[in-house]
Order: sequence, then C-alpha cells, then structure tokens
Amino acid sequence: MAFLEIKGADKGFGVGKARSEVLRDIQLEIAEGEFVAIVGYSGSGKTTLINLIAGLSRPDTGTVTLNGAPITGPGPDRGIVFQNYSLLPWLTVTENIALAVDQVFSTWTPAERAAHIAKFIAMVNLTPARDKKPGELSGGMRQRVSVARALAMDPKILLLDEPLGALDALTRATLQQEIGQISRQAGKTVLLITNDVDEALLLADRIIPLTPGPGATLGESFVVDKPIERNRHLINHDPDFKRLRARIIQFLLDCGEQRKLVVNKKLTLPDLEPEDLTRRGPVLFNKPRPRRKNTTRREDVEIAA
Amino acid sequence: MDWLKRFKLDYLVLPLVGIGLVLIGWSFIAGKSITTQVKDDWGDTTTITKRVGISADLPSPAETWKASAPYILQPFAKRGELDQGILAFTWLSLKLVVQGYAIALILAVPLGFCLGLSPTFSKMFDPLIQVLRPVSPLAWLPLGMVLFLSAKVSVPPLGINYGASDLAAVFTIAVCSMWPTVLNTAMGVRAIPQDYINVAKVLKLSRWKTLTKVLIPSALPYMFTGFRLSLGIAWLVIVAAEMLTGKPGIGGFLWQQYNALSYAHIILCILTIGVVGFVLDRLMSVVESRFRTA
Repeated sequence: MAFLEIKGADKGFGVGKARSEVLRDIQLEIAEGEFVAIVGYSGSGKTTLINLIAGLSRPDTGTVTLNGAPITGPGPDRGIVFQNYSLLPWLTVTENIALAVDQVFSTWTPAERAAHIAKFIAMVNLTPARDKKPGELSGGMRQRVSVARALAMDPKILLLDEPLGALDALTRATLQQEIGQISRQAGKTVLLITNDVDEALLLADRIIPLTPGPGATLGESFVVDKPIERNRHLINHDPDFKRLRARIIQFLLDCGEQRKLVVNKKLTLPDLEPEDLTRRGPVLFNKPRPRRKNTTRREDVEIAA
Repeated sequence: MDWLKRFKLDYLVLPLVGIGLVLIGWSFIAGKSITTQVKDDWGDTTTITKRVGISADLPSPAETWKASAPYILQPFAKRGELDQGILAFTWLSLKLVVQGYAIALILAVPLGFCLGLSPTFSKMFDPLIQVLRPVSPLAWLPLGMVLFLSAKVSVPPLGINYGASDLAAVFTIAVCSMWPTVLNTAMGVRAIPQDYINVAKVLKLSRWKTLTKVLIPSALPYMFTGFRLSLGIAWLVIVAAEMLTGKPGIGGFLWQQYNALSYAHIILCILTIGVVGFVLDRLMSVVESRFRTA
C-alpha cells in the first residue's frame, strides 16, 4: 500500500462546449519518505494536480488517498509551499508561522509553541528577520518563510508547488540546496512540482514527467539511483545524469511534438477594410472609421464604360 | 518664480495669492451701503441707506468679517440656543454626525461582508442597495420623522435626551452615509486573493479566525476608503438635517440666519462647513494611511 495514492483521477473545468479537460487518468503512488518530482511544461496542469492532493479541489473521477484514507478536503497534514509564497503581508515572519503552529499544536503551551516556531525560523536561517513583514523580505527569504511554515506544521507529506519558480537563478540554486538538506533532515515524504529538469535531478529520488495538456497525464517514472548527496557539478558532469536528463527532456519534447500535431487552428484573415486615405483636410463629422467587411450592407461599385 | 521654489514658499504664497484673487472678485460683485441725507417733504433731514452693486445684498468681505467677528473671536460663547460661537455650533453638529456615522459603520461593515462573501446574498440585495444609494438626505428625513414620531431616547449619564427630530437626524445621517462603506467593504472582500483563502483552508482555521486573521486585514484598505467617503457624506447630510429640523448646530444656524436676512453669517457658515469637512477628510486619510497593508 503506497503512502500517497492517486487512482484514475480526471479533472476538468467548465461545462459543455467550454469544458477543458486538464488532467486525465492520473496514476501516482508515492512511498513513505520518498522524494518525488513531477516535471512538466507550464500550463500543463501541475498546480491542478497539487490542488487535488491538497484537497483544495476534488477529482471528477478517481480517488486520492493518503495513508489509506481518502482526501476529502484541505488539512494541515499536507504542508503546501505555494509558488507565490502566500504569506499574509500584514503579519510578521513569526506571526505567519505562528498562525499555522497555533492551529496545529493547539494543545501545547505558548512557550512550547514559541520554541517550536523559533526552531523552524532558525532552520531556514531567518532568525535576524523574524520580526519583519513579508514586504520587507526578498523573494528568496519569503519562500524560506513559506517552507518553514509548511514544515512547522509537521505534515505527513510536503507539497512543493514550483516553489522556486519566481526566483532568480542564483537564489534558486542556493535554495535548492537548502530544501534538499532540510527535507532530508526532516525525513519527510516530499512531492515537488517543477518545470526545471535540473532541479528535479538535484533533489528527487524519482522523476515523473507530466505530458502537456489538455488532458495531461503522468508518464513513466525515471528513478534516480544516485547518492542522496548531489551537487550541480555532479549533475553537469556525471555521464549517468547527463543521460537521464537527456531522456527526460527527450520525453517531454516528444510529447510537445505530438501536441503540436494535434492542435490545428483554423486561421482567419483580419476582416478590416482599408481606410480611405483620399479624403483630405480636417473632418468634424462622419470621420472615416475602421470598417469590417462583414458589416458592409451596400457597396457602390463604379464601372467604367 | 525661482526664489519661491528655493525657499519652498510656493506652497504658502501661491494659495494665498489664490485666496486674494477670489476676495478681489468677491468684493467686485458684492454690494455696498450708500448712506445719503435727504430732505423730505416736511423739511426734515433723514438718512437713507441703500445698497448698490452687481449683487446688492451680497455682503463684501469686510462686512462679512465685521459681522462674523463675534462668532469667530468668541468661538465657544453661548448667548442663546441659536446664537453661539462658531466652534460651539461645530461641536454640536459633530456630536450628531459621530452618532449617525457610528451607526452607519456598525450596520455597513457586516452588510458589506455578507455581500462580498455570498453571491446569493449579493444578488438578492444588490439591486435594492443600488436603488437606495442615490436617495437624497432631504428625502430620508421626513421618513425618519414619521418613523420616530413618538419615540424618545434618553440616556441621562451621557446627556442624551432625544426626541423625534434628533432621532430623525441621526437616522438620516446613518442611512445616507452607509452606502460607500457597504460597497467598498463588499469590493474589498471580493478582492481578497484566493491564495490567502487557500492558506486559511489548508490550516483549517475556524470561521472566526479566518475572519479576524485573513478576511478583515485583507479587506481593510478598501474598508477605510469606504469609511472616508462615508464620513464626507455624513458631514454633508448634517447640514440638510439641521436645516430641516431646526436644531442648534452649524446647519441650523445657517438656516436661521437666512430667515433673519443676515447674509454675512451664511457665508461664515459655508466657510466653516468647508473647513471642517476638509479637516475631517485629512484626519481620515491619515488614519487610512496607517492601516494600509501591502
């Protein structure tokens, strides 16, 4: 029995003609303590998938179970790090984390909770900034607060929804290392969603590509059987890693090719009539306006004898 | 003009120049008294005072000042119910405004939250609100009079002893000034980012905690914009309410002086109303900037 299990989940939005299938027949099994990365194009339904697991939305068909129990709604047993941080801007770093901790560990004494919060702020190296508001922090620091908030809830599974997508390359590299370390220390089950294959290779035990939407589904998983301590140098130079990356990218590109063949759009020419430039001088009324061919009711055609 | 900018005097001097120009224009239009001595048919000399000018009865700036000086220089004097210093009148009016405004906010904020949170509630009451919103205070006041015809509220420790006309005035202020707060609160609640609501959902915050920790702080900037607009309207309405009920206050004074043909005092009242309204708006914008969240 897998720890997190999704069986035949479909999800779409809208009804009738406007309906678009986002996810189709999702099958996913994650074992306890595993670090799984899902890689896919932007807009392929990655966030929809995370929302299904988080319980923020329900699948149209199929089931999502965590530890054998079906997921029926959101809950603090699944810590989420959102792409756009989702920190409350009117609370300080400490208060943001306290909001989560007070909720989850409501039976603890205030002193225990304060110590717990301080521990997680220290874990993400933000102790000097603990009384600052999110607006005063850089993007990288905000995302670290978000990670600390998710971990401080002591969730069964950590869901990372493109956590580093909005950051610059240098900050992203630093935070990738930190997230790797922190999640290994905490020994959590982690599901990382990303569009960066290198990020997935750096962190995950298993990488699953998500085919591009509409009707996205999960491809075959690629196991990264390499030591857990990895760094950029290894990923860039080790031949096994290079091969694995090439395979994943090739898979995604092939899916993209298929998508290109499937989508054929009917092209229509613009319907505007050319403006009559022979009129001269300022015109107060009946100014020439752009006209559309299909609105013309009558046309005067001069025929030279 | 360079020397003006250098000493930052243009903020002081230019408005003064503007006021001066308006005063000159005003004196030009205003009438002035001409006293002539005439010998009448019986041979007695009598003095006849006549006013001439473009607008003969409009007092000139100097006359306005002369007539207003006792009210301005002894701002808290009380010579009679409808003959008090200008600040005493302002105080009476402000007291009434604060009561009406407080009632407006107490009603408007929950109403706004309901509108913002529930689409059903919004569809149900939005048309009604849109219809009631543009109704003038002059139309509400008679209804208030009828509603509170035989009502009496008396709270001796607060010095409140209200009859129908006081209650009608408070009612009118409340009912006219609540709409901007209702609509802005509703808009603020609708504009709460889905991310914040997701956070509340994931943390399984209780309804009360979601309201106090997420919804209210997020909607607060919008709400304060509404509060500010509401205060402006409450102050507009007080004048109309006092004029019609004849209560002592800045509007009541204005109306009484109009009936007494004392036009200088009307101008004094208009200026006072304007200055007080301006000060209230500034105060509110200071409070508003305090509560601005990112």
